[in-house]
Amino acid sequence: MDKESSVTTEQKLSDEAIIEIIDMHKWFGDFHVLQGINLTVHKQERIVICGPSGSGKSTLIRCINRLEEHQRGRIIVDGIELTNNIKNIEKIRAEVGMVFQHFNLFPHLSILENLTLGPIWVRKTPKKEAEETAMYYLEKVHIAEQAKKYPGQLSGGQQQRVAIARSLCMNPKVMLFDEPTSALDPEMIKEVLDVMIELAQEGMTMIVVSHEMGFAKSVAHRVLFMDFGQIVEGNTPREFFENPQHDRTKLFLSQILH
Amino acid sequence: MTDIAHTSQKEGIKPPVVSVGVIGWIKANLFNGWFNSVLTVVTLLFLWKTVPPFFLWAFMDSVWNTTGQVCRDAGGACWSIISSNLRFILFGFYPYDLQWRPLLAMIILFVLLYFSQNRKHWKKPLAYAWIAGLFIMGLLLRGGLFGLDPVESTQWGGVPLTLLLSVFGLTAAYPLGVVLALGRQSKMRAIKTLCIVYIELIRGVPLISLLFMSSIIFPLLLPEGVTINKILRAQMAIILFTAAYIAEVVRGGLQGMSRGQYEAAESIGLNYYQTMRLVILPQALKIVIPPTVSQLISAFKDTSLVVIIALYDLLKTTQTVLSNPEWMGFSREAYVFVAILYFLGCFSMSNYSRKLEKELSRGD
Repeated sequence: MDKESSVTTEQKLSDEAIIEIIDMHKWFGDFHVLQGINLTVHKQERIVICGPSGSGKSTLIRCINRLEEHQRGRIIVDGIELTNNIKNIEKIRAEVGMVFQHFNLFPHLSILENLTLGPIWVRKTPKKEAEETAMYYLEKVHIAEQAKKYPGQLSGGQQQRVAIARSLCMNPKVMLFDEPTSALDPEMIKEVLDVMIELAQEGMTMIVVSHEMGFAKSVAHRVLFMDFGQIVEGNTPREFFENPQHDRTKLFLSQILH
Repeated sequence: MTDIAHTSQKEGIKPPVVSVGVIGWIKANLFNGWFNSVLTVVTLLFLWKTVPPFFLWAFMDSVWNTTGQVCRDAGGACWSIISSNLRFILFGFYPYDLQWRPLLAMIILFVLLYFSQNRKHWKKPLAYAWIAGLFIMGLLLRGGLFGLDPVESTQWGGVPLTLLLSVFGLTAAYPLGVVLALGRQSKMRAIKTLCIVYIELIRGVPLISLLFMSSIIFPLLLPEGVTINKILRAQMAIILFTAAYIAEVVRGGLQGMSRGQYEAAESIGLNYYQTMRLVILPQALKIVIPPTVSQLISAFKDTSLVVIIALYDLLKTTQTVLSNPEWMGFSREAYVFVAILYFLGCFSMSNYSRKLEKELSRGD
């Protein structure tokens, strides 16, 4: 990671919480995938979650915008509690952007239409205004010249940047990233991470499930380690990498930091 | 690094030429290996035995515009059965002097269909044109307004009836089928069960029996004095029947959609209807264009089954002509003619679907 592109993590965070998760449990059938998660995310905070596969990290962030339903405990996003109330769910989804491992762009729509779909139909933004916003964010992810193309014509890295821009068009308060670089060819990882770093510099609240430890070191306020459905430990990147407390964390780190 | 050194020379190299000229093509495609050679010879022999005699029958020895008596002496096809009875075959028992009205209605329909082919025209004006067109077509067929003599629907027949049953049947069955497919995927138990029961019940019954039920059993269930038009009942049977099949085809398309598409749509805050209408259905319906069109084509042909409840569609009017003693025995010619009409309808449908598929596949 470039030195100049790293973000200072020393800035003072506001005390205001934007996401509160209190003793949250989830089961897939009999499998207890999340076992009592407690997590408070502050405004503008950037959290990187890592952990072995099957540890529940993706499920955790998918619970935050209700792509998965939790069965016990509470999740409060921006003052709204996630319940079965469909109106609340839609409200939260509009406030929380999500970027997927496999991009999930809409292949039948052009890049521009991918970006304007949400604003036009959910926010009721006039088409022209939505397109201007979309172009603004496409500039931001350095891909404005592709606006008329279709997702299938773009490389993986470009598609993921479009996916980020699509979320940004909804003007979200929080961005969730579910392993945004793990489906990418190695040479495309950097272009996506650079966009995420720029986003961080602007003060976006971000929760990132990722094994990009360089990114975690330079951008995150906190790094969380999850295993067996629990948050084993969470600390500043410096402490987390240099002085891990738990044996499981140490083992995991030794496996991924060769 | 000899592996890399070649790159600059590669531009001038063309793929190897396998066959040259007509002879080369014939050799490569018709006589490569003993099995294909035998096949080619047998096919040629078959064509030699069938095609020239057919041409002789259909064109050289045929008679085109005579009475039935002359026909019996001629060696070839008797196309006179068509030319002499064309108006009855096309319009059935519709009053002879008023047959310009169904003809005009059909022309309006074809013009509308022609304009609807182009997806650029799929805007509001076209919708208004269809509404106006349907009203005018209905008025032309029924009459009773603006000084047009009323014509009972029992007198409707021939091509207009076939088109009426199929165009309305298909356009109503398609959306109903989509709704049923979505219902079958629904998380709501009651709706899901209802849709499954409907689809399986209808698919478990032949169209003929549905038509019989619509014409014989259904009226028994109505209160006394209430009657529902026979054509309408047949129309309903066709719609309900076709919709069940379309539903299963569409369900196949829905199952082909990845979970990620739903999640992406939901995560930007789209609700269920928006997700379906804007993200899922446009993709799912596109995938299933070929089987859908197969289904519609077969429904179009199945409209000919209404003969069994004594509606005079195209096939029935043709049979009626054949029962006339003057023209008895010329069924080959009559059925060839009807087959051509059906073929035109089916072929243009499959042609259009191919065009649509090509248009929609941009960006893939």
